[in-house]
Amino acid sequence: MSDTQKQPDAADRMPHSKLAARSNESAAGNGRGLDHAEGTSHPIRVAPEPQPRGAKVHGKRPIDQTEAAGRFIDAIQHETTHDARLWDLRSKRDRQMHIIPEWEQLRELASAIKEHTLTHLDTYLDQFEQTARANGIHVHWAKDAEEHNKIVHGILRDHGTKSLIKSKSMLTEECGFRQYMASVGIEVIETDLGERIQQLDDEDPSHIVVPAVHKLRTDVAEVFSRTIGTDPENSDVHYLAEAQREATRPLILNADAGMTGANFVVAETGSFVVCTNEGNADLSANVPPLHIASIGIEKLIPRLEDLAVFIRLLSRSALGSPITQYTSHFRGPRQGGEMHVVLVDNGRSARLNLNEFWTSLKCIRCGACMNTCPVYRRSGGLSYGATYSGPIGLIIDPTFNRHKYSALPFSSTLNGSCTNVCPVKINIHEQIAAWRKVMSENHEMPLMKKAAMKAAGAILAHPRLYRAAITTADAALNALPRFMIYNRLNAWGKQREVPHAPRQTFHSWYKQNRGTP
Amino acid sequence: MRVGLFIPCYVDAFHPDIGIATLELLERFGLEVEYPFDQTCCGQPMANSGCHVESAATEALFVKNFQAYDYVVAPSGSCVHHVRSKLDAIEQTDAVLKVRRSTFELVEFLHDILKVEAFPWAEFPHRIAYHNSCNALRGLGHANMSELRVEPFSKPLNLLRKVRGIEVVELARPDECCGFGGTFAVFAENISAKMGQDKVRDQARSGAEYVVSADSSCLLHQQGCAERAGVPLKYIHIAQVLNGAAA
Repeated sequence: MSDTQKQPDAADRMPHSKLAARSNESAAGNGRGLDHAEGTSHPIRVAPEPQPRGAKVHGKRPIDQTEAAGRFIDAIQHETTHDARLWDLRSKRDRQMHIIPEWEQLRELASAIKEHTLTHLDTYLDQFEQTARANGIHVHWAKDAEEHNKIVHGILRDHGTKSLIKSKSMLTEECGFRQYMASVGIEVIETDLGERIQQLDDEDPSHIVVPAVHKLRTDVAEVFSRTIGTDPENSDVHYLAEAQREATRPLILNADAGMTGANFVVAETGSFVVCTNEGNADLSANVPPLHIASIGIEKLIPRLEDLAVFIRLLSRSALGSPITQYTSHFRGPRQGGEMHVVLVDNGRSARLNLNEFWTSLKCIRCGACMNTCPVYRRSGGLSYGATYSGPIGLIIDPTFNRHKYSALPFSSTLNGSCTNVCPVKINIHEQIAAWRKVMSENHEMPLMKKAAMKAAGAILAHPRLYRAAITTADAALNALPRFMIYNRLNAWGKQREVPHAPRQTFHSWYKQNRGTP
Repeated sequence: MRVGLFIPCYVDAFHPDIGIATLELLERFGLEVEYPFDQTCCGQPMANSGCHVESAATEALFVKNFQAYDYVVAPSGSCVHHVRSKLDAIEQTDAVLKVRRSTFELVEFLHDILKVEAFPWAEFPHRIAYHNSCNALRGLGHANMSELRVEPFSKPLNLLRKVRGIEVVELARPDECCGFGGTFAVFAENISAKMGQDKVRDQARSGAEYVVSADSSCLLHQQGCAERAGVPLKYIHIAQVLNGAAA
């Protein structure tokens, strides 16, 4: 901060200090100030490392997450920064957790409230429809993405809308909403800074809370220079954020309609709650006279009283901050305005019917599982080639398209950290394992891998075959990985030394030294 | 007390010394330890890949080999976790359930069943970092997990602190997965190796001379990463340290 900016009057005119702090977090995709060098504002002078792009999508063919992850790992600045940023969020989450003695009770409670609501979802949805209508909200029902997009388009057409400002919503990503709006000639402007960066770069969000967390500020400088005319050599975060603000603010002020998602929907009061750190949802909802909220049906909670449990968990789990800067309750249209809620199913009812996977609907989209996931941190969210990435993505994406996302459940070490950080106690890693079984049983597994597993199973079920395969330790080194790990000893040895061959196996040592039992 | 010694295939083939240390250590407590000759594996490699049909016969063989024992003990957190929590590709008969209930990982067995107070034969005058494998930690509850708000405890460190001369150092990311992950190590080789390299760097920065763990497969992976990176860390199984390995 310069001296002039410390003066109150200068700060009033141009609140650089606040803006800088905010832009810092958002451009860097980090919820708080950054502790590491990347967060400082000295422009990088050397040629910046180009941003690795996400998974290659070939129609409905299975996404190869590891291929894209490999390119992300090769972009060492990106990978190390990404890992550090998300580990930083995880560490801050831990610190918040230790401040709350009843943390584990809160998780229990949150899980119980969600399970109760999901198992009485029809009742609470009906209740919400009634209470919301009584509040003057127009309530619509959409069974899928297409219906959602058409309903919203219908509302906008009725109002002669030409431009729509919206805050971040994973549901609209699910629905391909921006692409649809482009096809009907309505301009959509994302108001969340990270999401706006992604929109300008024509790239999906890589994280459900910090959408541009995979980008370095040099990447942002490149995007902004191309789209809003900033100096391509200047990657100073203050400069970039200010330029973005100047470019977007007029669009916000002139928009015809606004759109938000919702974090929580309260059946009892007919109201919904949106949590943000940038206040952009409030701009989106309050500046234009028309407010449309797109809401997944799993966002219901019964009572306002229940909300407190989730508010205490959400931001602590997501960013390691006690609460989001804005927790906005929307109860009805303001005078002269109109408010619409579109309740969207898009596969949720079907998911509710899946015995092993229905509790994934408890998810409150905090992203804690992504922040803690060691695979996600090394891979970048775009490597998953799906709306949802990281652990929660591995268990939700296959419900949208089992074949296309058939390889994703294998992009995990099943370490279980995701399950432990989940504020609503979804058994994520167990569901990942359960999805592997589904893929195997439904022939959604590469044939060679399946054949290797079959061969391994056959050998390991027969002591004599097994012994023959590893008679001597030397043979073991050659043969064991061949049937155990599908002749991928080359893959093992690419970046690791292969294990040293001992003189003999334990089995033969025992036979020699202890005799047969 | 009749104890069946389960030596997982990785230990059998690559680290017989860990198997020997486990056997000798158990015998020091006067136990009658038997090694069933027809043992192979617990079925984990197949089941973890979703191939339960393919793991069924191996799981059945495991039960057949070990159903006669009061306890089954293995120097491997991940294999024991599979037996205890996931061995369900076969019908859950009384014999199957009994074997699953009686199978213990070595640290648990020493700590919770034998309640060992001292290892007078053991001395290990070195700085060590302990590697909690994910299966032992989050699957078997070897220690408190950093994600949960619970009182700190550690069964393996409780045991290691009874070894003369040992000094335990902390890692920056104490229970971050090292990236082995079974078949993940080869099917996602690039991610696995990067996680392994990061783990090894964390261990090297901690000032440890040795990394000690209850899981030989994690050690195999980490050692491979360390050797490739030229990091002079040494890797040793907890059974060897507790059995009095001189290093």
